[in-house]
Amino acid sequence: MAGEVLVSVERVWRSYGELVAVRDLNFELRRGEVLGFLGPNGAGKSSTMQMLAGSLAPSAGRIRIQGVDLLDEPGRAKAFLGYLPEQPPVYPELSVREYLRFCARLHAIPRSAVQAAMDRAMQRCGLTDVADRLIGNLSKGYQQRAGIAQAIIHEPAVVILDEPTVGLDPIQIREIRNLIHELGRDHSVILSTHILPEVQTLCSRVLIIHRGRVVYSDSMQSLDAGLGADRLVLGALRLPDEKLLANLPGVTGVEMLGGNRARLRYAADAEFPARLSVAAVDGNWGLLELTPERKTLEQVFVEFTSGDAPGAGREQAA
Amino acid sequence: MKTLEMSLVIARKELQSLFFSPLAWTVLAIVQFILAWIFLVQLDAFAETQSQYAMYQRTPPGVGDLIVAPLLSTASFVMLMVVPLLTMRLIAEEKRSGTIALLRSAPVSTTGIVLGKFIALLVFLALLVLLLGAMPLSLLAGADLDLGRLAAGMLGLFLVAAAFASAGLFMSTLTRQPVVAAISTFGLLLLLWLINAAGGETDTLTSWLSLLEHYQAMLRGVFATGDLVYYLVVITVFLAFSVRRLDAERLQR
Repeated sequence: MAGEVLVSVERVWRSYGELVAVRDLNFELRRGEVLGFLGPNGAGKSSTMQMLAGSLAPSAGRIRIQGVDLLDEPGRAKAFLGYLPEQPPVYPELSVREYLRFCARLHAIPRSAVQAAMDRAMQRCGLTDVADRLIGNLSKGYQQRAGIAQAIIHEPAVVILDEPTVGLDPIQIREIRNLIHELGRDHSVILSTHILPEVQTLCSRVLIIHRGRVVYSDSMQSLDAGLGADRLVLGALRLPDEKLLANLPGVTGVEMLGGNRARLRYAADAEFPARLSVAAVDGNWGLLELTPERKTLEQVFVEFTSGDAPGAGREQAA
Repeated sequence: MKTLEMSLVIARKELQSLFFSPLAWTVLAIVQFILAWIFLVQLDAFAETQSQYAMYQRTPPGVGDLIVAPLLSTASFVMLMVVPLLTMRLIAEEKRSGTIALLRSAPVSTTGIVLGKFIALLVFLALLVLLLGAMPLSLLAGADLDLGRLAAGMLGLFLVAAAFASAGLFMSTLTRQPVVAAISTFGLLLLLWLINAAGGETDTLTSWLSLLEHYQAMLRGVFATGDLVYYLVVITVFLAFSVRRLDAERLQR
């Protein structure tokens, strides 16, 4: 993807007194990308999100939004930003409509365009039915939606969402995911979440941060490809015995799972599953199942945020 | 003037929040009730003593001295107690509920945020002072009233209340707990109010610092530039402190 760079983060550090929360963070985000921002609690995720949103100043380094430096010209840079903090920033005493009108004006939408912007944001976030109710009387899910509506009301180039699906019911989660997916087409989205499947379905890139450092950064495609299938589960009515399976060309390991299923490891070879299915038909095994087993994002996450990083285990035990 | 425009947006929202809560109405009602009581008591006393004064003095003290000045003087003390309740939520509540993030991520400067909050308070306080002013004005029906002196007194009351509000706004930036903000504002104001008690009559520094001294001159009908400057300086200093404080939070914590 060759969209223009909307967010560029260069050598950003942030410390709170002695504690270094974020160290030497670098990344770029282009138009049309959805970046999944992952990390265990206390990894520096929220600090980074706050810095990107301009509500926290970095101790060192540069953040530019659409080429505008967030520190030098905060007013101009923030106009390109929409931010949903962890806690939806809503005023309980206002109705949804009043709240969004305030947010629209706050983001310098001209008076004449406010109504249209409000209607669009309410419609996109499914708030039209509760437009005149007080936010304080709405459920957590609706408050969350009001928070999202606030973040997109001024059609910002960059939308930053900190755990947007927390507290929503499954149907709302689906709707919000669709919304994020839609936003990802012509904005760029930075999404922080603990729900890994969410990242897998929504994001085009993943960034894992641990103890203030980026420990993993890659596009979703290469994550899929690089960590791709090297194992598969075979199920058959008349499953051959372990020995026969181990002797098949390309197989490097066999593990019998019981119930007519076996897990095969094989040397990286895209042709292998096809050859296996031919062998199954030729041998009349009664093929039931042939499932590639991918390394999940969860495995990657655990791998990068626990064992390898020095001293990590100690902190997690605490 | 983008900052000003933005602060008006914030001020509008703040007034909306204020008048949607029972707080504003309660404050208006109770202040009005207490001051109306004082007003009637003074009026009664005036009616009784008027004939006695007339026997001894060629120019007896009028309604200005006997009704308006005591009323406004009491009003300033009521303000001392009421303003902390109005200012306590301003920033502390935003911090506690996390809505401050909304203001910070919006293209609004910290100055814009602080000014917006302050403007909203000024509007409310102006309303309070005007409602109060209606009482002495009703005397016009049956007595001579020095309108210039009343105006000076009301303006003085407004300035005092505005100075209270700026101090309260600053206190509200220091904490996440509105109640703590209210109590510390009250303490600070009382200190500033009574600071001249320390030095007695001769100490010019403490009496210059006292919020009370400057107000009393205005109640006498003396509207001096020095007093006006004093209040403007107090207001500016507290607003600047608030801006500094909020900026500092963004930079280092």
